Amino acid sequence: MMATTVEAEGQLTPDEQKRLTADMHRSLRRKKIRAVFLVAPLLIFIMVTFVSPIATMLFRSVDNPQVSEYMPNTTAALANWDADSNELPDEATYAALVKDLVVGRENHTIGKAATRLNYEKSQMRSLLTGTARKAGRLKPPYKEQLIKINNGWGDIDNWRVIKRESSPYTLSYYVAAFDMETTPSGEIRMLPEQQRVYLQMLWRTVWMSLLITALTLLLGYPVSYLLASLPMGIANTLMIMVLLPFWTSLLVRTSSWIALLQGQGVINDILVWFGLVSDDNRLSMIYNATGTVITMTHILLPFMILPLYSVMKTIPPSYMRAARSLGATPFTAFFKVYLPQSVPGISAGAILVFILAIGYYITPALVGGQTGQFIGNMIAYHMQSSLNWGLAAALGVVLLALVLGIYALYSRLFGSNNQMTLR
Amino acid sequence: MKKFSKLSSVLALGAAVCMGSAIAAEPLTVVSWGGAYTKSQRQAYSDPFTAKTGIEIVDEDKSGNGLAGLRAQVEAGNVTWDVLDILEGDAILACDEGIAQQLDYEKDLSPGADGTPVMEDFVEGSLSGCYVPTIVYATLFSYNNNAFPGEKPSTIADVFDVKKFPGKRALEKKPDANLEWALVADGVPYNDVYDVLGTPEGVDRAFKKLSTIKDQIIWWDAGAQPPQLLADGEVAIASAYNGRIFNAQVVENQPFTIIWDGQVYELDGYIIPKGAPHKKAAMDYLRFATDTQRLADQTKYISYGPARKSSAPLVSTHLETGVEMAPHMPTNPENFKTPIKKNAEFWADNGDELRQRFNAWLVQ
Repeated sequence: MMATTVEAEGQLTPDEQKRLTADMHRSLRRKKIRAVFLVAPLLIFIMVTFVSPIATMLFRSVDNPQVSEYMPNTTAALANWDADSNELPDEATYAALVKDLVVGRENHTIGKAATRLNYEKSQMRSLLTGTARKAGRLKPPYKEQLIKINNGWGDIDNWRVIKRESSPYTLSYYVAAFDMETTPSGEIRMLPEQQRVYLQMLWRTVWMSLLITALTLLLGYPVSYLLASLPMGIANTLMIMVLLPFWTSLLVRTSSWIALLQGQGVINDILVWFGLVSDDNRLSMIYNATGTVITMTHILLPFMILPLYSVMKTIPPSYMRAARSLGATPFTAFFKVYLPQSVPGISAGAILVFILAIGYYITPALVGGQTGQFIGNMIAYHMQSSLNWGLAAALGVVLLALVLGIYALYSRLFGSNNQMTLR
Repeated sequence: MKKFSKLSSVLALGAAVCMGSAIAAEPLTVVSWGGAYTKSQRQAYSDPFTAKTGIEIVDEDKSGNGLAGLRAQVEAGNVTWDVLDILEGDAILACDEGIAQQLDYEKDLSPGADGTPVMEDFVEGSLSGCYVPTIVYATLFSYNNNAFPGEKPSTIADVFDVKKFPGKRALEKKPDANLEWALVADGVPYNDVYDVLGTPEGVDRAFKKLSTIKDQIIWWDAGAQPPQLLADGEVAIASAYNGRIFNAQVVENQPFTIIWDGQVYELDGYIIPKGAPHKKAAMDYLRFATDTQRLADQTKYISYGPARKSSAPLVSTHLETGVEMAPHMPTNPENFKTPIKKNAEFWADNGDELRQRFNAWLVQ
């Protein structure tokens, strides 16, 4: 019976074979479609709330519509002008400019182009808006009259900036994000020392995040070990003490640290009381990098303890006992047996804390003073105060690339299957 | 984007039709700074307006990011604010960018109670197209009396002299006003501050002066911080908005003294966002809230000077404590000897570059 079936299958006609494969494909496809429907809600959610905002942000960092859209005539006229010629544009360009200014003033759009150009060069905003207020009264020829209204129109560098930023896409936000500038002649060079901000800020964000990660590990490891080795009842009680601050509002925890650490705060008062520091020489532990590190270490500690604990819980205590019974000192037993097994927890906790830390901004803003600010604070500043969203987007992209780079390094070092050993 | 806004307006229309039977008039969203300031506006403008028209006012405390919020709303085609309280510099930008409603002042505002025409009644040059100022406020220095038992600081130069007047200083974390003060402390006459600051050498000079006290500075972001820092003894001298210091002095009985020297004053007031959902009611509110009596009434609650000349004679006493208000006003002649008018146009032009430089200076 068996043999005949096999034989019969072996002798399928090409037609039957085709039908069979088609049937199989169809049923597989149905399964796939069903699977897609099941994940669709999540997929749509992620697309709407995660992928599309990031894509928009990526786009905003190069998007540059203001000048070309709101000064179309000038843009067209400048296309034929040679920026290296050391000569002002011709009368036709000035006429186009007047046309744009008049229309821009009527529609109240000239301010958008003016704001954009002011990012590149100070005074450009008032050059445009100020001239636009008077442009309606002008009669041709325009060139000399415009230069008379504001001699900025006789400055060839201003025209170079307008021409450069009249293209619909720009890299100038990235140039600014790397502390560089484009000279009027088109070269890209570093800003003078006293105006560099972002690279320093980025570097500080990285090393302070690393420091915070190391501190959470240092503090979290013994706590997790204790939690994992104590009997269930006590461990659970202690766990609540770890989780309680975790459930408390971030702002409450940050403000409590202000009360503790400030010059007239609890810790300084105690130190002065004991005569350890003099009253005029109180320690400054807040509104600087120290404040940021202390506060963020405390706030991020649970993110280190929880993964460590969950991994340590799976390490059988008998391994350590076996090592000891074979003659290892407690020290050797820990480093050779226990620590390597807890590495998955260390790496998971470290990457979690590090990535959370690198993007933090509320806590540094409140306790960081001037030396404890993170790059996230600069991004927030450009989103909310300076309103240079293009630059905020570019800085965001730089930060995103940095995090992705570090994550790639992490997954290469620790592998995707958590095949980890300390050597 | 257009499709979305069409869809949302259809939905809004549907919602309006549904709700129309339930509520007579939809509430008006007025965006302001929160805290004691919003409270004073509610008492002086909003509650009387509701009593008169039956239109409820919803307060939103978003003015801190007012221009950013307005830009985002206009860009998304979904404006939810009806009236926005905003500083003069930001109002100029909003007007230039076409995201604020153009006003016809003579028609849209009511003339002074004493008959002064609108255009002559408000602070000179402040009616710039979209903007209606309501108050004059000052950013100024004040100190905690306990910090200086002997000689007290009395000038901007004293504030920058940490040898003679030791103790930490609290300054607002932006270059605005701080650079002006640095120049004044360095000997620049009050009236020439912006001319000097307009030159690269002037900027260097301001930062150099500011650097002399850099390690003594604690930076603040929110208006509520400086009185707190002063009260805690965390700093000896702090720059602050004068209304906040008034509140601490008079209502909370804190031992603070204001240094009436070189206070940087500017205007705060209203714009109507372009595309405001209840434009007509918003215009009614604007006319009502900025009339002579309302601006004078506000001084019963907070020590900011009214932006209309005709309101000045009506300023009386603080409602809560009965304190005479005039001596606490930044515009009181006694206090107004050496003020600096914040040049909104200057900051709109040079702000991007100066703020970049300031941020870089902070990092170093």
